[in-house]
Formats: sequence, structure tokens, C-alpha cells
Amino acid sequence: MDFEDTVEEAAFRTQVRAWIDANAPKHLEDELKRASFGSNGVVSEDPIAAGKAWQKKKAEAGWACLHWPKEYGGAARTPIERVIWGQEEGPYAALTGVFTIGHGMCGPTVMSWASEEHKRKLLPPLASGEHVWCQLFSEPASGSDLAGLRTRAVKADDGSGDWIINGQKIWTSGAQYSDWGLLITRTNPDVPKHKGLTMFFLSMKTPGVEIRPIKQANGQSSFNEVYFTDVRIPDNQRLGEVGQGWEVSLTTLMNERLSIGSGMSTGFPELFRYCMEAEIDGRPAVEDSSVRSRLAQIAVKQSGLKYTGMRAISALSKGEIPGPENSIGKLVAGATMQDLSMFALDLQGEAGAVWDEDSPQQGRFQAMLMRSPATRIEGGSDEILRNIIGERVLGLPGDIRVDKDVAFKDIPTTGRKKK
Amino acid sequence: MNLDFSDEQKQLRDQMRRFLSEKCPSAAVRAVLEGPESYDKNLYRGLAEMGVLGAAIPEEYGGSGLTHLELCVVAEELGRALAPVPVSSSIYLAAEFLLQAGASKQKELWLPKLAAGEAIGTFAMSEGQGRTTPARISAKVEAGKLTGVKFPVADGDVADFAIVMARDEQGKLSLYLVELTAAGVRREALESIDPTRGQARLVFDRAPAELIGTKGDGWHIASQVLDRAAVLMAFEQLGGADGALEMARDYALERMAFGRPIGSFQGIKHMLADMYVSATLARSNCYYGAWALVSGAAELPVAAATARVSATTAFQHCAKNNIQVHGGMGFTWAFDCHLFYRRSNALALSLGAQSTWETLLIERMSAGNAETAA
Repeated sequence: MDFEDTVEEAAFRTQVRAWIDANAPKHLEDELKRASFGSNGVVSEDPIAAGKAWQKKKAEAGWACLHWPKEYGGAARTPIERVIWGQEEGPYAALTGVFTIGHGMCGPTVMSWASEEHKRKLLPPLASGEHVWCQLFSEPASGSDLAGLRTRAVKADDGSGDWIINGQKIWTSGAQYSDWGLLITRTNPDVPKHKGLTMFFLSMKTPGVEIRPIKQANGQSSFNEVYFTDVRIPDNQRLGEVGQGWEVSLTTLMNERLSIGSGMSTGFPELFRYCMEAEIDGRPAVEDSSVRSRLAQIAVKQSGLKYTGMRAISALSKGEIPGPENSIGKLVAGATMQDLSMFALDLQGEAGAVWDEDSPQQGRFQAMLMRSPATRIEGGSDEILRNIIGERVLGLPGDIRVDKDVAFKDIPTTGRKKK
Repeated sequence: MNLDFSDEQKQLRDQMRRFLSEKCPSAAVRAVLEGPESYDKNLYRGLAEMGVLGAAIPEEYGGSGLTHLELCVVAEELGRALAPVPVSSSIYLAAEFLLQAGASKQKELWLPKLAAGEAIGTFAMSEGQGRTTPARISAKVEAGKLTGVKFPVADGDVADFAIVMARDEQGKLSLYLVELTAAGVRREALESIDPTRGQARLVFDRAPAELIGTKGDGWHIASQVLDRAAVLMAFEQLGGADGALEMARDYALERMAFGRPIGSFQGIKHMLADMYVSATLARSNCYYGAWALVSGAAELPVAAATARVSATTAFQHCAKNNIQVHGGMGFTWAFDCHLFYRRSNALALSLGAQSTWETLLIERMSAGNAETAA
């Protein structure tokens, strides 16, 4: 057991470190390090422009989408090299959060399902940060039960083969600055729900697409509603066969859980620092026995996640596929962050209710408190993640699905009896 | 980076698992639970013959000369099988005290016997109710004779010697090796929540005591040895957590209610998922502890407390929910759920209770190791 790089890994790390040192936007470093979950990252300049500039610079030097094939704008690097790059990129990785969905989810789906021509057209500008992608999946009536979605795609009756889209998507991160979207629709309501879906991609500038930001419970607006009114898409923007949309979506969702779950912070280092500084009866809070007990329990979760990640990296380093243990990441991090923020506010006493620039650590814990409920829902809710662990890791049987063999149009839409 | 066991160590794990499934089925654990013996002598002899008791003892002292990583592997499997043997007292503690602080003669005399399972050692620290602190130690040595009462002492009813924390003539805390068969030692076996691991009260009345380590250095040495033992114990707890999880999973697949396997109900499925999460966090923290133990890292105190707190949490969590998954059957004597439940709660208290280790972890992190653990 060791935490050392192999000779090749060490050489690669040195190379990466030198390039980042010479090229990173250092004037943003402090701002990025101060940023916490639930607060804005870069505010001194346009964060999207700053992210695109950094991604372009990386792409020009061959450091974009390291694991993608070269012909699609990547660098054909190994999984472990990608991990090392991420470790070295450190705070600057937050700059390119705008590309997380495109690089982590839409890109792999396009790579698996699009024509060669489309891959060569769409993927390089996604890799280089020229284009931003979003994922148009969730709907007001279908979240965890994604296959219950209602946005309709109907063949145009003019013989063009085009599709006409009507409906509404919700919780679309970054739709307002996206160039392209990955869209799942219902093409056949007469078959069971999983069988009547079809996936497309489209330009977000297509006529009939309307984006409205959602004002979230924490006051921010990083998610959107996207409305489709008679939006026309050519048939060659279809991914997979008609009716194969569910299978295509699984490519995306598998990648979603991987990219969101890895390397998540719980906020423990910040809490620990706060407990070293804050006082109870004139003594550092960290000396209080109840504080110690709570802190220790959070510390071992943080540490457990960290070393779970390192076990996965160890597998990659040996050229093996990491085990299922990484599926715990978001489940643990989300709930821990929420508990931790409540604990931090408790230590602030009545003043914990105040959220301004004079709050400890510029209000970091208040921001975490208000953002963390979403962490437990987005990208697979806690309950869906527990189902996945139960069924795919522990091998338990799936739930009985009462809508399994029912035509989509016959599935009840309300739990209340109609009057 | 390689936060994993080697292929050879994984082979040892498989070998241990096969050996224990044959020699230590739950009937063997129950024989100790319900019978007159305080541990399984055949099993202990078998482990000695395999060379695993002496895994981390150098060859010059009769051991196998492997590393503590192999001992971690062994500990995990002993925990999974709920092995009713005094390995933690004799190997994680007594042998470690000898290795860390023993004089050559003490090591030459005792380590080969511990490795061969011919002698059992233990550590006697606690003197009664409540957390053990330096001020709580009143056992005293004068002119080489120990007087005082220690309880509870794990495996104190069967051990041949104990490493005893006591005050020297100057009142400073020092460690003494005391043979428990000598005159001046009276021992009483105690009833406990887990009779598959013996507990005893040791009463010393001018019993011959031999200094081990430097005088006045007792608390410091014990703290170092307890950290090393905590990593090994964490592996044993990890094995227990996994064993309880596996038992609960298997039952959830087999037991039918309302016309379906109970594992298909989210109430059960999610409970099992949370058990898996606890056990996985504990495993990763244990590997961190194992790395710190074998590499001699300065962060061993933090890593050991991390592994220990995490593994205690996981074993208790998995053992109590294993009963819950089994419903009423889980509360019968006939089902093995209570064996895990007993062991999880007994191990949670040995080497110091959970609250003690939580305090140690945060004390150590605030003393400057916060960055490494975060």
C-alpha cells in the first residue's frame, strides 16, 4: 500500500504541473479557492467567458477531455492520467463547471450513438469549450421516474421526415448559455413507457425553444425550464433508433452519476477550521466534547470518501475497472454537507440566522445550508441511489412496477380519485 | 497510488476465509457462547499452525516475518467469522507491547510462545467504570511487586501474562509484565454482553512484576500500542460489519412477505444500502489505517482513530440492522444475529469506547494533522 505515483505517472504529473503553473489564470485563484458550494465562483469577471477561455487554452495545448479520442478533440490519455490532471488542475477545475454536463454526459452519449459525421462535427467544439451543452431530460411530472416523460415528438405530416416537438423540460442546468441540448422525447404513447422514447440533439437556438430561469429555493438561478413549441428537428439529429431513447439515456445517466459523485467535498475542512476559530465559553469550540463527537463522525465520512476515491484511482492505476464502492459518493457527500451546515450554524448561536458578509467564512455555511437540499436530489435522488446500491451492488430484487406492461397513455396521472 | 492489498495478501484472505468457514462455523462460536470454555482452543491452535498468529512477528522471535498488512487481512477474516479466540489481546496488544517496548530477553521469552499459541498475553489498563484516564490508575508497584485491581481485562481469565499499567515507586505510570499464574494473582471470570470473548477481574496482591519499557513512559507506550491495535481491531470490526451485512442481504433475498422477497421493499432495501455505505466508508478508512501502520507514517495517530471510529460505527450499524431485517426471527437465540450484535457492541468498547476515540481523533487533528485527514 502506498500513495506514490508510478514512474510514468510521476513524469506525467510533472509535465501537467509545469503547464498549469505557466498557463493558469492565477489572478482568479484566490477567488476560486474562497468559493464554496452554493455561492458564486468567479464574480470579478464573466464566469462563462473565463471558463471558455481556460478550456480553449487547455484544448490548444492538448489538455482538453483527456480521455476522449484525438479525432473528437480529446487527447487519448489513460483514465489515471485524467485523474492526475484533475488533481493538478485543483481550484481551476471549478472554472470549467459550465462544461461538466457536456463533457461528462452529453459528449459520451454522442460518442456512443451519433453518426461519424456528427461526432466529428459536434465533439471537437465541445471539447475545446467553444460550445456548451445541456441535458433536456427531467420534466415537471417525471423526475426519478424519468421514463414517464411527456414531451412529444411527432413526425411532421409534410413528408420531410422532420420531427415536431412540443412539451416542457425542467431542471436544465446551464440551458441559458448552452449551444446544444440532448433531448429525450416520447414518440409513442401507445406502448409501455420505456419503449416509446426517442433521443435527439438540437441547437438551443432552434425556433420554438424558450428558456426561462427557475428561481431556486436558495435564491440562485442555475437551473431552467425549457419550453418547446412546435420545434422542428430533422430526423438525422436522432440518436439511436426510434423507440430506443431509454437505452440511449442510460449512457448519459451512468456518466452523470460517475461525474457528479467523484471527488465531492462535504465541507469538512471548512467546518474544522471554523471549529478551531469559534469559541464556546472562551475556549475553542474544538475542545468541547460534544463538538468533538460530531466533528469526528463527519471527519470519518470525509476521510472515508477520500480514500474510497483513492481505492478507485488505485484500480485505474493498475488498469482495472473500479468497483461499485464509488456509488456511495454523492449519497454520503450530499447528506453530510446538509448536516454539517446545520451544525455550523448551531455553533454560531442565534447569529447563525444572519447571512451576510460578516457571517463566519463569508456566510459559507449559510450558503451550504440553502444549497444542500438540491444535492440530495439532482443527478439521482438519495432514494434512487439507495435503490441502485440495493439492486446493482447488493443484488436485491427490483421493486414491483405496476406500470410496466401498461401503455403509457393508460398510466394514471394522479393519486387522487377523480370526482 | 496503490491503496489496496497485494495479490498475495488477497490469496491469504481467501485461504483464511476457507479455513474459518471450515473450522469456525457459527456452531463453533456457539460452543463457546454456551459452553464452559472461554475460547476455542482447537481453532486457536489451527491459527498458530497456519502461522497467522505470528504474521507480524519477526522470524527471529518465532514469527512468520510478514508485515502488519497480512495481520490486517487475518483480522478482517477473524471478524467476519466472529472467531472466539483471544487474538486481539494476545497478538494486537501483548505482542505489540513486546515488539514496541520489550527488552530482548522479554521478547525472546514470550514472542515465540505467542506466535505458537502456546501462551496468551493481554493488556490490563481499566480499573472500573468510566473512561480510563491517567488519574484513574491506582495499581501500584513497589519493590517489584504489583498491588491493585484491574477490570475488565479482555481474556484475563485465560491469559498467561498481562502487560499492566501501574504506578511505579515515584507514582509515575509505567508498564509491567505480570505472569498471571504466579502467587499473588487472583482472577475471576466476568459475565459479559459477549461471552464468546472472555472478560475477567484481576486482583493483584504483591504479585511479581517486571518492568517493560522505560519507567514513567507507560502512558506514552500504551498510547502508541493502542493506535496500532486500533487499526487491527478496526479490520476485525470491518469483517464483522461485512458479515452482518451479508447475512442481512441473504435473508432479504430469501424471506417472503406480502407475496414478494422482503429485499424488494424500499424500507428494507434502503436500510441495506445504508449498511453498505457504512461498511464501505469503514473499509476505505481501514485501508488508510493499514497504510499508516505499515509505512510508519507520522499520521498514524489520526489514521488509527479514523479507522477505529469508522469501523465501530459500521459494525454497530450493520449488526443492529441485521436484526431489524430479520424481524422477530432476528431476536431468537437460534438465529446468529445476536452473535454479531454482541460482538459489535463488545468490540466497540474494547481498547476504549467510541467517545474516547472520537475525542482522540479531533484532538490529534487539531494538533496539526487536520490537512492530512481532510
